[in-house]
Amino acid sequence: MEKYYQPEIETADRETMKALQSERLIETVKRVYENVEHYRKKMDEMGVTPDDIKSVDDLYKLPFNYKQDLRDTYPYGMFAVPMKDVVRLHASSGTTGKQIVVGYTEKDMDLWADCVARALTAAGCTDEDMVHVSYGYGLFTGGLGADGGALKLGATAIPVSSGNTQRQVTILKDFGSTILCCTPSYALHIAETMQSLGVTKDDIKLKAGVFGAEPWTNEMRQQIEDMLGIKAFDIYGLTEIIGPGVGFECFEQTGMHINEDHFVVEVIDPDTGEVLPEGTQGELVFSCITKEAFPILRYRTRDIGVITREKCSCGRTLVKMTKPRGRTDDMLIIRGVNVFPSQIETVLIEKGYTANYQIVVDREHNFDSIEVRVELSNETFHDTIKGLDKKAKELSEALKVILGINAKVILMEPNSLPRSEGKAVRVIDKRKLLD
Amino acid sequence: MVKQLSVFIQNKSGKIASVTRTLYENGIDIRALSVADTTDFGILRMLVSDVNKAKEALAKENCIVSINDVDVVAVPDKPGGLAQVLQALSDANIDIEYMYSLIDRGTDDAYMVFRLADGAELLDVLEANGLKTVPAQKLGLN
Repeated sequence: MEKYYQPEIETADRETMKALQSERLIETVKRVYENVEHYRKKMDEMGVTPDDIKSVDDLYKLPFNYKQDLRDTYPYGMFAVPMKDVVRLHASSGTTGKQIVVGYTEKDMDLWADCVARALTAAGCTDEDMVHVSYGYGLFTGGLGADGGALKLGATAIPVSSGNTQRQVTILKDFGSTILCCTPSYALHIAETMQSLGVTKDDIKLKAGVFGAEPWTNEMRQQIEDMLGIKAFDIYGLTEIIGPGVGFECFEQTGMHINEDHFVVEVIDPDTGEVLPEGTQGELVFSCITKEAFPILRYRTRDIGVITREKCSCGRTLVKMTKPRGRTDDMLIIRGVNVFPSQIETVLIEKGYTANYQIVVDREHNFDSIEVRVELSNETFHDTIKGLDKKAKELSEALKVILGINAKVILMEPNSLPRSEGKAVRVIDKRKLLD
Repeated sequence: MVKQLSVFIQNKSGKIASVTRTLYENGIDIRALSVADTTDFGILRMLVSDVNKAKEALAKENCIVSINDVDVVAVPDKPGGLAQVLQALSDANIDIEYMYSLIDRGTDDAYMVFRLADGAELLDVLEANGLKTVPAQKLGLN
């Protein structure tokens, strides 16, 4: 029997949902127009007023918002409430070290927890479960987001955070965790560590996992399910919208139900901005219609996907999206961390290397690796191994400061990397992330 | 002091062959050679008959090249010969970055090429131990 956390919303009929969305959108548009200069300016430039938004069908009239808007208004320019009402900040890394900041009011925290609680419930989690959270706790939304959902549901949250994989295994075994939340690649890494420690799936009590923050294939799902003896569910989210819990998978495992009473989704043609009909592949665009502190409207995610309203066997009527099928920009997701090639380029130039470089991303033993190949010059060359190792290490450390992850630096000869003929191939992604 | 040529070697097959071919095509003789390698790259170090010409020729081939000062020391070619020199350096707290050997015809000595840690001075130690550095001319280096 399928369980829902908020059945009145999750199984609402189309008209009820649309009415709810319309009412909420109208209110939010009014609010941001009045309180946030950024939105008012954009709308004025397009000649749109809050009065033009009479229902959710008018969403297309509103201007798009991009990651660049968040950078331009950094840190708090797009907040719609006074800071005294903001109870939590989260941040996501941005290019050239400039991160973006989002805020939550108490009500925002509550609705976020609802969204995650829906996802956990769809994965079979109840108040009797022990939710082992191996996402990082901190500015990253993963850890505290999953944690909030578990608390809301009345389950037992185990805030293990990421890293120290042997300890993760010990806790799984000794504490009796039943639900695992982390990135899918980390889930596999935990599974492999279990194997190497001689811990079998019968030694642990896990029954399900809710995995997100990076793309993964059904093949990987199968592997995780087999190795851990669980059912593995996908969860979708991004910091700009709220964090994990924008969308989640049900037992049917054929896509993610979007919490559309909070986040209205559109699929658009990334080139023209035109809204595409249901079932057509395009860029996913989300509008937050309930959030108070950071209600971003028509946010261009750069994720490519398809949405469908076809009946789902789980009984939920929430619109479903496919797993993202790629990006419209060059952003890489490595171990759940967003990485732009331009960030790497900036560091190289600062350190005196040429802008001719190559990024090789691979997944070995279910752990993403990133290798940055840079060309040496006579100025950066040193005749001792120690000297060259030091060069590579310095660069690797500078990259870590900006990217937040370890990158292996490979020193190359001049002109050994392919020169750009039109668009240079800067990134070689050997991971098979798409089905 | 002798001028040594160092060449960055990317880890790919045929690289050393191509460097030596370039030297050959430019009429440059290799007098001594050593390769230092790691998993990702190597450094080819050579004493050559014309270091500046070699640098120029290799730079044209997109090689990364540098010229560094090294010391060549004549070591008695008999058991314990090298051990004595290294002991003397050790006693004087002189650190060696790397070293390699070369054989020359018509001498009873073996030659050792030393690259010392920056700032280290060899001469006094050698003198105290009755050892000598070998000048570039004697090795046929330019």
